[in-house]
Amino acid sequence: MSTVPGSTPAPPARVGAETAITVRGLVKRFGEVRALDGVDLDVRTGTVLGLLGPNGAGKTTLVRVLTTLLTPDDGTASVVGLDVVKEAASLRHRIGLAGQYAAVDENLTGLENLTMVGRLYGSPRAAAKRRGAELLERFDLVEAGGRITSTYSGGMRRRLDLAAALVAKPAVLFLDEPTTGLDPRSRISLWETIEDLVAEGTTVLLTTQYLDEADRLADAIAVIDHGRVIASGTADELKDRVGGERLEIALEDPADLDAAVTALTALAAETPTGEGSIVSAPVRARSGAIAEAVNRLTEQGIGVDDINLRRPTLDDVFLSLTGHAAEGAAEPAAPETA
Amino acid sequence: MRRLVTDTMIIAERNLVRLPRKPELLIAFTVQPIMFVLLFRFVFGGAINTGGVPYVDFLIPGIIVQNIAFGGFVTALGLNEDVHKGLIDRFRSLPMARPAVLAGRTLADVVTNFISICVLVITGVIIGFSFNAPVLHVIAGFGLLLLFGYAFSWVFALVGLLASTPESANSVGFLAVFPLTFISSAFVPVSSMPAVLRAFANVNPFTVVVDAMRSLWIGTPAGNYVWGSVVWALVILAVFAPLAVARYRRAAGT
Repeated sequence: MSTVPGSTPAPPARVGAETAITVRGLVKRFGEVRALDGVDLDVRTGTVLGLLGPNGAGKTTLVRVLTTLLTPDDGTASVVGLDVVKEAASLRHRIGLAGQYAAVDENLTGLENLTMVGRLYGSPRAAAKRRGAELLERFDLVEAGGRITSTYSGGMRRRLDLAAALVAKPAVLFLDEPTTGLDPRSRISLWETIEDLVAEGTTVLLTTQYLDEADRLADAIAVIDHGRVIASGTADELKDRVGGERLEIALEDPADLDAAVTALTALAAETPTGEGSIVSAPVRARSGAIAEAVNRLTEQGIGVDDINLRRPTLDDVFLSLTGHAAEGAAEPAAPETA
Repeated sequence: MRRLVTDTMIIAERNLVRLPRKPELLIAFTVQPIMFVLLFRFVFGGAINTGGVPYVDFLIPGIIVQNIAFGGFVTALGLNEDVHKGLIDRFRSLPMARPAVLAGRTLADVVTNFISICVLVITGVIIGFSFNAPVLHVIAGFGLLLLFGYAFSWVFALVGLLASTPESANSVGFLAVFPLTFISSAFVPVSSMPAVLRAFANVNPFTVVVDAMRSLWIGTPAGNYVWGSVVWALVILAVFAPLAVARYRRAAGT
């Protein structure tokens, strides 16, 4: 049992055309490591599922299994009703993949890249070229289409990569950290493109480390850690799970962090969490919370730089579920807090 | 089967289109051998006794065989790059024939190998090499070189898929190919070597292929060398092509 429904029960898994991706008890081992340790997942047709999790949680492995690049050791997975192992060959006609790296041939032009992919899907050269030109237009690459892609910027490469994933008009699109390393403008433009695709009926499974990306794009979110789905639901459901409002306090001196956590424990609904000079504490009641917190901290001689009450963000969800902050690749896995 | 042929041609085309765009690669694989030809012909050649055969005639078939064995480096480096840039993932997620990525690469090598053979033959002729055999034998020699080079490209395909970086693919290739080509009859008569090396050189497939080339191009006694080299090429193909395809299927890289 790895799917933990949110505070409102997740919609029951439905079979048939309603469900684009169905995953049951999926296991993938790499030697001793269980990269996927019994994943259950359902993605409804025409929706976006955001797969969140720290580095090494198993997000990419799951995408690789679902796109037929890896064979699972146990469990089953099907995409558009096709089994990822037994019907892999048919499935490859129906999916598109844009991975962590912009997988374009740097010695070919943009148009040549798209034409090649189209031909490898089985289209005749002329049709593949037409489709390529269409996609260049859609992705604002018409002018660059005749240039060798090694001259492209990072954002242009990502757009071309996404275009290549769309050559065969896939029913399900897999995006593995599509905006990692992009500047803010390119990110937003890529988000808009993804939203357009969903509006046209494409189902999208998206892995990301950026919670704002998941918040904006995803209809449903699954949080994955240590190869298991530890929570799923809509962004709002997940936020509700973390609790009500949170008190966020910026300390003048980060050295006071532990003392501040201790001082605030009594008024918090659960143990406050601290990172750097920020303490975050879910509060029981909104009224008087700020005054009481300031009093308690002042009694201990802890200086407060800033204090506010806010609704939980996906960052809080992530932190409370996984015990460490998102994008926390640099720090060791924190001890289990929950 | 038709899919395999079409997809192989698409990939081969992709790999050949880059040649004029990245001429460094082709230059590296032709200028260096030309330097070797000149070095052996004019620096070492005078000190090497090849019996009745002029050294330039002795040298050219040998050095071309060495060069052809290195031709597969293009495949090793290119595949390794594809693995690290995520292109192999893209190809593997497409409904294309599975062996086509490797078959297309190695097929493109045949074209580059042919170009470098021609460059070296022309260089050889300029410095005094001459064919001393019927035209059919000369053509058969070209065929044998291309077949042997093709087989070696599959060895390098496996190296390229297994190596963690292009640099390591490079050094693995050099470590394997350099001793094999030098401890053979490519540059000096095997009879001039110490006993241990001679024993190795005599069973070295490069010796077999080099001697076959000499018999086809300059009319030295043929023995079983020509058939022997065809068998060697087929054995190398039969071993390494399935290994490379299996590796590709499983998952290249991480």
